[in-house]
Amino acid sequence: MSVVTQIQPHRPGRFRVFIGRAFSRPSFVIGFTIIVMSIALALFPQIFAPYDPLAFDMTAIQQAPSLAHPFGTDNFGRDVLSRVIWAYRVDMQMALFATIFALTIGVTVGAFVGYYGGIADTIFGRCVDAIITFPFLVLVIAIVAVLGPGLVNMYIAITIVNWVYYARLTRAEIMTQKANDYAAAGRVLGYSDRRIIFRHLLPNAMSPIIVYWMTDMALAILLGSSLGYLGLGAQPPAAEWGVLISEGRNFLLTAWWMSLMPGLAIVLTGLGFSLLGDALADLLRPKGR
Amino acid sequence: MANPQQETVLELRHLRTEFGSRQHPLVAVDDVSFAVKAGEILGLVGESGSGKSITLRSILGIVRPRGRVGGEILWKGRDLAALDEAALRKVRGREIAMIFQEPMSSLNPLLTVGLQISENLVAHTGLDAKARKARAIELLEMVGIPSARDRLGDYPHEFSGGMRQRVMIAIALASNPQLLLADEPTTALDVTIQDQILRLIQSLSRDLGMAVILVTHDMGVVAQTCDRVAVMYGGRLCEVGTTSQVIADARHPYALGLLRSIPRDVAPRTPLYSIPGAPPALNALPLGCAFTTRCPVAGPECRDLRPPLETVGQFHEVACHHRVEALAHFRQQEAAQ
Amino acid sequence: MNMLTMEPAAPLLSIRDLSMRFAKNRSLSDTIAGRPRQIVSALNGVDLDVMPAETLGIVGESGCGKSTLARCIAGLHRPSSGDIRFEGESVIGLKGANRRAYNRRVQMMFQDPYTSLNPRMTVRDTLREAISVHRMREGAAIDRRIDELLDLVRLPEGAADKYPHEFSGGQRQRIGIARALSLEPTCLVADELVSALDVSVQAQVVNLLLELQDNLGLTVLFVAHDLRLVRHVSHRVAVIYLGAIVEVGPSEALFSRPRHPYSQALLAAAPSLDPADRKRAPALSGELPSPLDIPPGCPFHVRCPHAAERCRIEKPMLRPVGAGMAACHFAETISAA
Repeated sequence: MSVVTQIQPHRPGRFRVFIGRAFSRPSFVIGFTIIVMSIALALFPQIFAPYDPLAFDMTAIQQAPSLAHPFGTDNFGRDVLSRVIWAYRVDMQMALFATIFALTIGVTVGAFVGYYGGIADTIFGRCVDAIITFPFLVLVIAIVAVLGPGLVNMYIAITIVNWVYYARLTRAEIMTQKANDYAAAGRVLGYSDRRIIFRHLLPNAMSPIIVYWMTDMALAILLGSSLGYLGLGAQPPAAEWGVLISEGRNFLLTAWWMSLMPGLAIVLTGLGFSLLGDALADLLRPKGR
Repeated sequence: MANPQQETVLELRHLRTEFGSRQHPLVAVDDVSFAVKAGEILGLVGESGSGKSITLRSILGIVRPRGRVGGEILWKGRDLAALDEAALRKVRGREIAMIFQEPMSSLNPLLTVGLQISENLVAHTGLDAKARKARAIELLEMVGIPSARDRLGDYPHEFSGGMRQRVMIAIALASNPQLLLADEPTTALDVTIQDQILRLIQSLSRDLGMAVILVTHDMGVVAQTCDRVAVMYGGRLCEVGTTSQVIADARHPYALGLLRSIPRDVAPRTPLYSIPGAPPALNALPLGCAFTTRCPVAGPECRDLRPPLETVGQFHEVACHHRVEALAHFRQQEAAQ
Repeated sequence: MNMLTMEPAAPLLSIRDLSMRFAKNRSLSDTIAGRPRQIVSALNGVDLDVMPAETLGIVGESGCGKSTLARCIAGLHRPSSGDIRFEGESVIGLKGANRRAYNRRVQMMFQDPYTSLNPRMTVRDTLREAISVHRMREGAAIDRRIDELLDLVRLPEGAADKYPHEFSGGQRQRIGIARALSLEPTCLVADELVSALDVSVQAQVVNLLLELQDNLGLTVLFVAHDLRLVRHVSHRVAVIYLGAIVEVGPSEALFSRPRHPYSQALLAAAPSLDPADRKRAPALSGELPSPLDIPPGCPFHVRCPHAAERCRIEKPMLRPVGAGMAACHFAETISAA
């Protein structure tokens, strides 16, 4: 490891090196492209959607995919492509909001119990046991049933259950990092616990958490669509993939595109998050010994 | 001291072990040749990345398939480097046994010690169950495990580190090997326990006429245990000789520097001799002598021209272009202190 | 404190009757069976004074408690009982600003060069954080101080903006030294500072430590298992066995004439570099007893060749013997032999 003895006149920045390595990986490129496009569609559906997603067109009811309507039309003559595109807004929002609060709460709680251990850790362990013994979906449905259907209530329900998984992962990572001597060095240097946790341990513990977050966003879309399909999440006439699939279920034999096209959108976005997560797992692995 | 009349059991000729792609191989062992006689303990010394462990592992072919082994490994008239896995397996553990630095990871934690010894006896001897048990007890007693009969039913975790290393040696001895390969067997142990294990290896070698190759980074271990020493640096041999020759009369600048950097007969708290720089990376070795960049007497030809091992005395060989200057340099250093 | 009124014999650190016990986690089967928690006694009544500007070597085998002692002194562990006084003030359980003030004076360096630095921070980030948290410098003076520190530990130019994985083991230990020195401490605790390094690199780091100590007037606690190194760097040495100090004294006196039978065995077991010193029998038989179950009386009696009835019953106290102190009932008669 005598790298240092070689004088390197120009050292590219850490970020540029990372980007260079990332884009040499096919899985990263594909995942990244899918997610960037999804975000663009979510932010500006009006630019990409050829029709008004809510406009009825009684002259074009349940038309098969064609040049005018690439994804066909539904039972009210609405353009399915436009509805799928507008649904990006809701579904990408679900991917974010159903996970981001769970991530924040879970990482914070996990970092503290992992660092301090002791009685807080024991109590935390019992909470985790209590929550994960219930099947995830059943628990979320039960909470939504109490709070009432709707997107916000769905986010609350998912967050209540989901933070535990982030906390558990963070706790384990922090405990591993805490065993390293740089954590002890921080204490001997007189740093506060907060500084050690957030400036030293957490940055080193974040990689697996970010990777998990990526896959979790894919799962959140699936979960959100499932709840939408069941009528517990987004409410019609709002365009949401689960809702769209649910609307098409009575016409599966006559107008299969009504359910298939939003289904494909779910698959594609999920694939994007998974590929990105996979690539990041490799990329974020620390170098050296 | 090894008896010069003893027969040579193992001879390495131009051993070369490389890893990675064929276009840009990492050469871990480069042109290493030495021989071991029956009943002799040969020390293989070097620091991390010197290729000492890889040399040892190359002998039994356990670096394959990731590593490619070239040259000749002559064992009782056969070339082990040319044997396939199946043929090598018959040699491993039977004629040549090996012990490792970390005994816990080389013992099966789920099997009792007695079972693991008798497994080896089943594989390599024709003893029946009763004779195997007797032999297992005998082996454990031989390596100094008290109340051996009662400990046959114990699991590896019930033994301390030093005792586990003894168990490893007992398993290795089960097949009456003629050669024992010991890869840093005492590095993980405390000095008092290390001392016990080294004395054990020494007496077994003497009593059973077994040859031993002992890989270590500790010159003290060499001085106290080995008959001859081969010093490795950057995958190559730089000095070979009897223990007293190498320790008292080293000629290679690396060996000289290494021995000087260990505090001995120097005034307390004075600066120690230190070799500048750090051990080289395998992918950055010069064409010539691997020690060039850290050598105090290196000349312009050292970088490009590999020095061959040359005889400087009976049994004593050194690979250096500037032996005379090296010796003068270190004498001067010593006089200056 | 006024320099004129300071007694020459006032210790910088004084440790009294320090004990440290950990409760081992119970396994599920133990909990169900209602077996009590096992208690590991890492330290059992350590008494030790550290004088200003001296190097005190602390030696012992693994598990003897030397690292625990180092960590207690650095404030990483809170001892179960006993007291540590720094310049007369107790430092047990310090919190917040007091703790910071203490640790500014007493810094620690760690064994493992690969985990003791935050892999995501450059050398500059690491040093800057330490300097600014303690307000050692402000503004542009921070960067000047960083350059100064890197120069002090002889890191090459341009090292400041690199990450730990770009350095060799020896260089990382230098970064660790620079980080400790950034607070301009009075006392450094070096826990196996060089034992993870190659022999040829150890001397570099040891020389640096000696030089820094002389130039900066530092007090150093040098915890190590390498007896040769400890002898070389230390003014005084303390030998620990099973969490208690069995002998302490001036380095040369202790190494040339050890008084406690354990010190004698430890020295005899350390492999000498002289092949002529070779012996056939191990220096010490038996194993280190488990710290879960420390023998009554003298903790060493189970392995001691001189143990008598008294040793099994009465625990010997540290008392003056020769130039130092030893905890042995028969120190005079044994060392006379």
